[in-house]
Amino acid sequence: MHKIVSAIFLAENIKKIEIEAPRIAKKRKAGQFIMLRVDQTGERIPLTIADADPEKGTITIIVQGMGKSTKELNTKAAGDTISDIVGPLGAPSHIENFGTAVSIGGGVGTAIAYPTAVALKEAGNYVITINGARSKDLVILEKEMKAVSDEAYITTDDGSYGFHGFVTQKLQELIDSGTKIDFVLAIGPIPMMRAIAEVTRPYNIKTMVSLNPIMVDGTGMCGGCRVTVNNETKFACVDGPEFDAHQVDFKNLTDRNKLYLPEEKQSAEAFAHKCNLQ
Amino acid sequence: MCPQHITTKERFAIPRQGMPAQNPEVRNKNFKEVNLGYTPELAQKEALRCIQCKDPACIKGCPVNIKIDQFIKYIADGDFLGAARKIKEDNVLPAICGRVCPQEDQCEKACILTKKYTSVAIGNLERFAADYERETGNVELPAVKAQTGKKVAVIGSGPAGLSCANDLIQLGHSVTVFEALHELGGVLVYGIPEFRLPKEIVKQEIEGLKQLGVKFITNVLAGRSVTVDELLKEEDFDAVFIGVGAGLPWFMGIPGENLLGVYSANEFLTRVNLMKSYQFPNNDTPVFNCKGKSVAVFGGGNTAMDAVRTAKRLGAEHAYIVYRRSEAEMPARLEEVHHAREEGIEFLMLMNPLEFVGNEQQWLTGAKCLKMELGEPDESGRRRPVPIKDSEFILPIDMAVISIGNGSNPLIKQSTPDIEVSKRDTIVVDLNTMATSKENVYAGGDIVTGGATVILAMGAGRTAAKAIHEKLMGIETHE
Ligand SMILES: Cc1cc2nc3c(=O)[nH]c(=O)nc-3n(C[C@H](O)[C@H](O)[C@H](O)COP(=O)(O)OP(=O)(O)OC[C@H]3O[C@@H](n4cnc5c(N)ncnc54)[C@H](O)[C@@H]3O)c2cc1C
Ligand SMILES: Cc1cc2nc3c(=O)[nH]c(=O)nc-3n(C[C@H](O)[C@H](O)[C@H](O)COP(=O)(O)OP(=O)(O)OC[C@H]3O[C@@H](n4cnc5c(N)ncnc54)[C@H](O)[C@@H]3O)c2cc1C
Ligand code: SF4
Ligand code: FES
Repeated sequence: MHKIVSAIFLAENIKKIEIEAPRIAKKRKAGQFIMLRVDQTGERIPLTIADADPEKGTITIIVQGMGKSTKELNTKAAGDTISDIVGPLGAPSHIENFGTAVSIGGGVGTAIAYPTAVALKEAGNYVITINGARSKDLVILEKEMKAVSDEAYITTDDGSYGFHGFVTQKLQELIDSGTKIDFVLAIGPIPMMRAIAEVTRPYNIKTMVSLNPIMVDGTGMCGGCRVTVNNETKFACVDGPEFDAHQVDFKNLTDRNKLYLPEEKQSAEAFAHKCNLQ
Repeated sequence: MCPQHITTKERFAIPRQGMPAQNPEVRNKNFKEVNLGYTPELAQKEALRCIQCKDPACIKGCPVNIKIDQFIKYIADGDFLGAARKIKEDNVLPAICGRVCPQEDQCEKACILTKKYTSVAIGNLERFAADYERETGNVELPAVKAQTGKKVAVIGSGPAGLSCANDLIQLGHSVTVFEALHELGGVLVYGIPEFRLPKEIVKQEIEGLKQLGVKFITNVLAGRSVTVDELLKEEDFDAVFIGVGAGLPWFMGIPGENLLGVYSANEFLTRVNLMKSYQFPNNDTPVFNCKGKSVAVFGGGNTAMDAVRTAKRLGAEHAYIVYRRSEAEMPARLEEVHHAREEGIEFLMLMNPLEFVGNEQQWLTGAKCLKMELGEPDESGRRRPVPIKDSEFILPIDMAVISIGNGSNPLIKQSTPDIEVSKRDTIVVDLNTMATSKENVYAGGDIVTGGATVILAMGAGRTAAKAIHEKLMGIETHE
């Protein structure tokens, strides 16, 4: 049992939750995640460790309500408990002083990119962050990102805040304006990561993406999370979740994430119904 | 028939007592246990078949040398609790082993009666004695010796880890078991289905260990959450036993393996058993909807049988076993093959998949297979299957489950490079002590042998416990 220390909405449907997990807080590195099961009938879902406080023994996750499990998690408040958390899982981000590193986050991907952006800064990189959201009220972690960036940009699809357009356009603009970029980390929806890979490919800029296949155990035991990278099968939960964007088969990942669409819909509807009754 | 005055001839005249079971057409739609267990009458009758050999061959056939003749005598005499206690001198998990051991390759194969008749049903009797003891509430906690002040960490809660913990706690050591998953029991809970091994039995065994003082910590993945070195240096454990199993599913490396609807047996069984997706949507974890579909399981071991029978229970119209050799070579327990056939599983023997094919949306639609015939025997003595020319065809299926075995999870190796591993990434040990190349670190079970059996894992855990005890207490052994 893990106690929730605090839980606040950062934007509509996106919640920041701080949970007691002393062992994980001590060990976690940037890029790693946990598997969490809300209660005894819950599914195990992967969530990135956005931050940790080893002294306090807590970790922070930032959760976007997508379907039943994440929406249910986002109903939790301080004092509530989470049944199971295992971690830290996955290989930590590869961090070095690349020179100029650009961290790109789309939507809740901003939260997933944050710890790695921090580590890149600590390693001495000149850090540029580009964080995209659909509109102003969905922008998250603006202050935190600014604090670790040498240059920080926000983009919104509707132009209600910051740069009007997609993160890819902002990245292209930077490249076109002559900024020498040595490393790109892009985390967000699959179409976004795929588009970033195509932006950086012609310039041979080393680009990493964090993949989000459907997982079960997160320990390498089931192979459900397998992704195709450089024509080889990899288990995202142990070999990843970060991979070289230029070698990832995004189509296969997109297809495989549709495996349970009818079941996800059924669960989400039942959950919405239950919430309406309460 | 009075057990005291029965002649050998009369014993021979008793036929082997069948195991009462749920009707196949009923059970292939539910997840309740298939076998119902002997009644006391059936058990006693079966026990009378044992001729109480002077030098019982069955004992040598048993990997942990259970005193089979003696426990069977207790059953024949009606002392069922005596029988259970006799078994427990050598086997700490008899209710489990009685259900899942491949008896036909072990004790029952060696039983003298097989020469002329059929062997004594040793497994069924073992199960009976253990169930009787448990169901009548007569399980007695063993005595625990005075505390030694030594601390041992056990990584993994499968049969190897549980049996190691069991012996060490009784010897007075402090024992903490670390398990990666949220449930304890290893393959016994996430792999072997409820219809073959009710989870309640595993739970009660673990409950017993808790009562003896074993500490269990779930959700700790050694190699990530904590390393072996940290356990020894920072958490002050005096020794570590690694029983992490063979948990890395092999795929076949053929085209189309990442299509939607292709699963490893581990994933399929974990979703259904551990995550209880057969109770979706009451449990949140979904699994492929098998209803009315064609499902093929590739492989011929226990895991394959479990997967195919699970698919049938989830409503598959066709549930196939596709195996590249012939039925005689299938490594699965005989009983499971019989049960599977009774339940309507279709066996496609001598057939090898070449490729999975799918539709526009990347859903699996079939497996391109090649027919095989048996050729010359290979190193293992089994006749090698060779392809029949131009025999390719497409087997239409909606779901495929790959069940061709497991390798070793790389996490321990990566985080503890000073533990020697083999080319296959199994941990290398001294088989007398289960000691690894690293001081005070021991290992046993599938992580050492590769995928094997529950009883071998259990035996290894006990061998390690003895060696750990001797090492920690400075006891000299003279070999
Ligand atoms: C390594 C890793 C780290 C992640 N970190 C975070 C995080 O920090 N914050 C966060 O909000 N989310 C994160 N995710 C995604 C999160 O796990 C999924 O959103 C969640 O599992 C969806 O569960 P659900 O029941 O709420 O939704 P479901 O109803 O199961 O799914 C809703 C929709 O989400 C998509 N989906 C399903 N499973 C996944 C999945 N595993 N990943 C992504 N999309 C999925 C599907 O397209 C589906 O239609 C991460 C995923 C991975 C693999
Ligand atoms: C579906 C199936 C059916 C089977 N049927 C039979 C049968 O009928 N008869 C038979 O004799 N054998 C059978 N077997 C084989 C048998 O189950 C195994 O040989 C046996 O369970 C091995 O025991 P173990 O303790 O070595 O490992 P496991 O039972 O695999 O347990 C290992 C445990 O360690 C945990 N773990 C792994 N890595 C870590 C880590 N890094 N940190 C912490 N914990 C970790 C795992 O989660 C698991 O709980 C079957 C196997 C399967 C998969
Ligand atoms: S070999 Fe068979 S007959 Fe002889 S003691 Fe063992 S079980 Fe009884
Ligand atoms: S989630 Fe099971 S192997 Fe990665």
